[in-house]
Amino acid sequence: MARTVWNSTVGKKTVMAVSGLIMLLYLVAHMLGNLKIYFGAPEFNEYAHWLRTMGEPLLHYEWALWVVRVVLVVAVVAHAVSAYQLSRRDIKARPSKYVHKKARASYATRTMRWGGIILALFIVWHILDLTTGHVHSGGFEEGKPYQNVVDTFSTWYGNVIYIVAVLAVGLHIRHGFWSAAQTLGVGSRTRDRALKALANVLALLLTIGFLAVPVGVMTGVVS
Amino acid sequence: MTTFAAYATGEPVVDAKAPSGPIEERWDKRRFEAKLVNPANRRKQTVIVVGTGLAGGSAGATLAEQGYRVIQFCYTDSPRRAHSIAAQGGINAAKNYRNDGDSVHRLFYDTVKGGDFRSRESNVHRLAQISVEIIDQCVAQGVPFAREYGGLLDTRSFGGVQVSRTFYARGQTGQQLLLGAYQALSRQIAAGNVEMHARTEMLDLIVIDGRARGIVARDLITGTIDTYFADAVVLATGGYGNVFYLSTNAMNSNATAVWRAHRRGAYFANPCFTQIHPTCIPRTGDHQSKLTLMSESLRNDGRIWVPKAKGDDRPPNEIPEDERDYYLERIYPSFGNLVPRDIASRAAKNVCDEGRGVGPGGQGVYLDFADAIERMGRKAVEAKYGNLFDMYQRITDEDPYRVPMRIYPAVHYTMGGLWVDYDLQTTVPGLFAIGEANFSDHGANRLGASALMQGLADGYFVLPATINDYLARNPHKDEVDAEHPEVQEVLAQTEDRLNLLLSVDGDRTPDSFHRELGELMWEFCGMARTDSGLRKALERIPQIREEFWRRIKVPGTGEEFNQSLERANRIVDYLELAELMCLDALHRAESCGGHFREESQSPDGEAARRDEEFAYAAAWEFTGTGDAPVLHKEDLVFEYVHPTQRSYA
Amino acid sequence: MKLTLRVWRQKNAGADGAMSTYEVDGISPDMSFLEMLDTLNEELTLEGEDPVAFDHDCREGICGACSLVINGDAHGPERTTTCQLHMRSFKDGDTIDVEPWRAAAFPVVKDLVVDRTAFDRIIQAGGYVSVPTGSAPEAHATPVPKPDADLAFEHAECIGCGACVAACPNGAAMLFTSAKINHLNVLPQGAPERETRVLDMVAQMDDEGFGGCTLAGECATVCPKGIPLTSITGMNKEWLRATAKGAGR
Repeated sequence: MARTVWNSTVGKKTVMAVSGLIMLLYLVAHMLGNLKIYFGAPEFNEYAHWLRTMGEPLLHYEWALWVVRVVLVVAVVAHAVSAYQLSRRDIKARPSKYVHKKARASYATRTMRWGGIILALFIVWHILDLTTGHVHSGGFEEGKPYQNVVDTFSTWYGNVIYIVAVLAVGLHIRHGFWSAAQTLGVGSRTRDRALKALANVLALLLTIGFLAVPVGVMTGVVS
Repeated sequence: MTTFAAYATGEPVVDAKAPSGPIEERWDKRRFEAKLVNPANRRKQTVIVVGTGLAGGSAGATLAEQGYRVIQFCYTDSPRRAHSIAAQGGINAAKNYRNDGDSVHRLFYDTVKGGDFRSRESNVHRLAQISVEIIDQCVAQGVPFAREYGGLLDTRSFGGVQVSRTFYARGQTGQQLLLGAYQALSRQIAAGNVEMHARTEMLDLIVIDGRARGIVARDLITGTIDTYFADAVVLATGGYGNVFYLSTNAMNSNATAVWRAHRRGAYFANPCFTQIHPTCIPRTGDHQSKLTLMSESLRNDGRIWVPKAKGDDRPPNEIPEDERDYYLERIYPSFGNLVPRDIASRAAKNVCDEGRGVGPGGQGVYLDFADAIERMGRKAVEAKYGNLFDMYQRITDEDPYRVPMRIYPAVHYTMGGLWVDYDLQTTVPGLFAIGEANFSDHGANRLGASALMQGLADGYFVLPATINDYLARNPHKDEVDAEHPEVQEVLAQTEDRLNLLLSVDGDRTPDSFHRELGELMWEFCGMARTDSGLRKALERIPQIREEFWRRIKVPGTGEEFNQSLERANRIVDYLELAELMCLDALHRAESCGGHFREESQSPDGEAARRDEEFAYAAAWEFTGTGDAPVLHKEDLVFEYVHPTQRSYA
Repeated sequence: MKLTLRVWRQKNAGADGAMSTYEVDGISPDMSFLEMLDTLNEELTLEGEDPVAFDHDCREGICGACSLVINGDAHGPERTTTCQLHMRSFKDGDTIDVEPWRAAAFPVVKDLVVDRTAFDRIIQAGGYVSVPTGSAPEAHATPVPKPDADLAFEHAECIGCGACVAACPNGAAMLFTSAKINHLNVLPQGAPERETRVLDMVAQMDDEGFGGCTLAGECATVCPKGIPLTSITGMNKEWLRATAKGAGR
């Protein structure tokens, strides 16, 4: 079955849909966690610490987090590899362009590929910035995420990179969520409008939720 | 008088295959008497099927299912595009699901009567018997016929009958049935039982020792002309309505296969029996390339009328009720708007000739849905006819929900075709003709929703049963190949013909000749024919032919995709077939069905048949281009349906 | 009407093609687009030039032969087939670009004519019900609920023109393939082969070199028969169902 799935365009789209939904779930949790920054450094840092002690005493320290990380890495890799292979295939299937060009499809649809690449690059930067600290602007301190976040959004480029990425996330989800529903066969004529609305609401909430952090820092509410 | 009209009458042609005895038992009897081919031997027998419409598609699929090796051809890029796809209205079957008094015998009776007593009783009865099996077969294939809320099949009534026996799939019945046959054929192609050659056009028939052994065909992409061999050849190449240039046929529908078969010895029967369909969209100008049919089913709910006064050019909605002439309802009160096609067409022509026609050039009558919309509501009308209304609006830019449609008759179907016996075999042994390509079942006029029935009956059920008998009785002892001298000769003749077309390099396009011929035929061999008019046409056609070979211009070469060459080559055959059509129309000095001779009408202007002289099918034998053909008569015997003057009043 | 046409000319599959410019005059708004091209071809023939090759047959919007991309739109600005597009949709003096369907799986044969036999092979892979002639049960033996019959019909309307592929930015044949799968899979008659049909047809579609679906929706926008985009959703569902069932065996 795995072979059937992986060898088929429909199967690869299924992989993308499932991995996308996993990432979407993660993003919702991530965004909600982020908003705790508005409750001040102690609470935010405590929340960050809890992420590492989740599941104890059944699990060892950071085990749950690693499970999440592994799942996420698998999802990202599966999503990206499928996307790459499908894109290659799509480009090959349409080798010559029309002389008469026309703007088509919605903005979100057309930006899925670029949006995906932007997001991939962002994830790398984001991890190096706030998880490992390698490219962090201020003095990165393990266990002090509140300060690290404030540092990042105190630089203009930190804000620009982040805001561009968040907007890309929004657009990506707007088309991606609805698209995943179609791929997984849950869409129907009667449900179509509801699914599109849900995709828009999700995209909007996530965009606003994620943007709230840099905005908070910029406006001085978070400092 | 031209030499062509000085035809000789030869020996009568007799159908030796239909068994005697009670008509209900003949088909069973024939199937039992027919020899069978051992299933193991079928793989060694090859059948060529030309055409992939309802008849060809169903025949190819069925023969392959039976184990024969099938080589099949179509000129379109896919077998799914054959013109059967354009049939709109429906398919008749004597299922009597409505409990409205229908039966096999009634369908048989209606068809013989509708055909104005010029068809063969045995064949028609078999058609009516098989009609019920067709519906079963198509439903099982997944053809999405219209259904009622209980989940059972819906039916509607059609012209010329008083029962509701027409099964339909909205206005696209032909499409759905064809796709069913195409899918069955596709399954056999995938299984390796059918070797499919799309975009390949048959250009000639190979006859060796008096038997059909193969065809010459041109690959339309590369231009390569090749030969293909088989133990039997089946032509399912449709009708020849495109002789008229403007018709409801597809642009590429053509008569080349049947005409070339005719030239190689197959008799051509009743070529003048052409059907003019009453409900087509009128032409808009000289640019017109084809005419579009509006399904006859519209006559179920639409009312046909013209203004009572001549030259009344008020918009239709401003003409009060008492100044309208619902002429079909007036002249034929019991059938009203549902009279058979030939009668409806001629009535439209008559009112237009009287100067009461509507629209540009006065060549149209109204088909009005105002009453239907009031009675059933716009929604119901939309559900029933929506796609037809949309099509009308797209073509004419008028909204038929608000303004009555304008319609006018147009050439639609040809009842004539290659003469075949009960087994559907032509006068060339081993050559079979099925569907519209043969002459068999519709006499002088075809009833609505019967073409689909006949095509599928021939292809699914009749031919696959009867061809066994030929193949079993006549095993070919010798193999033929391309080196055979007769094959070489046919091939050379084909190549010469195409080369000649390319080499003339004149100053007229193929279309200009086609248009000229078509106008001539419409004028003199159209809805009403006269002795003098037909003679005029017979004089003119050889002149056009001569001019054609002097002035035709075909650009390009034969070794490439060349649509001009394809067209020009088809016109070569139309220019000969047209002559035979006119001669047939001239010789048949009676009116019957679609063939209306002005000299032969009743005092009130109805067609008058002359059974004593003309109760026969006219099968013509080719003797040479422009040479008088030989007429062979097949006497028609009516044991079950006694010929009467048709009355739909 | 007077128009400037820019038409893709390509001698054969192997040759390079390019746009050529032609002027046509005396075009009536009542002409169909193909009749306008007929007019051009008559002129070209008389001038001794090669007429423009294009596929067409029934000219009443049902055979699916005609296949032109007009000003970047498959079948032109109206939602119909090219043969049913009339010149009243254009204005005097317009410049019109005419191109063939573009997709790797639809190679150009000549000028505006492409090879669509890939569609036939997709149907051959499973787009049928295996019911040899003569083996059918009585038609009323299996009633089909009207909504199912209507749904099947709606998908069965596909004319196989290939506009969906031409319009798809990925050259995908999902709408074509899904139309047939939905048509047959919704009916009780199609049920016995439900799983193999979808799996085999999708596999064939992939083998033919069509792209995948990104749900851009262009296919459904240009489909002259109005096959909805949800048709693809239905096919995906059937595919997942069949795959899951296959795994359970």
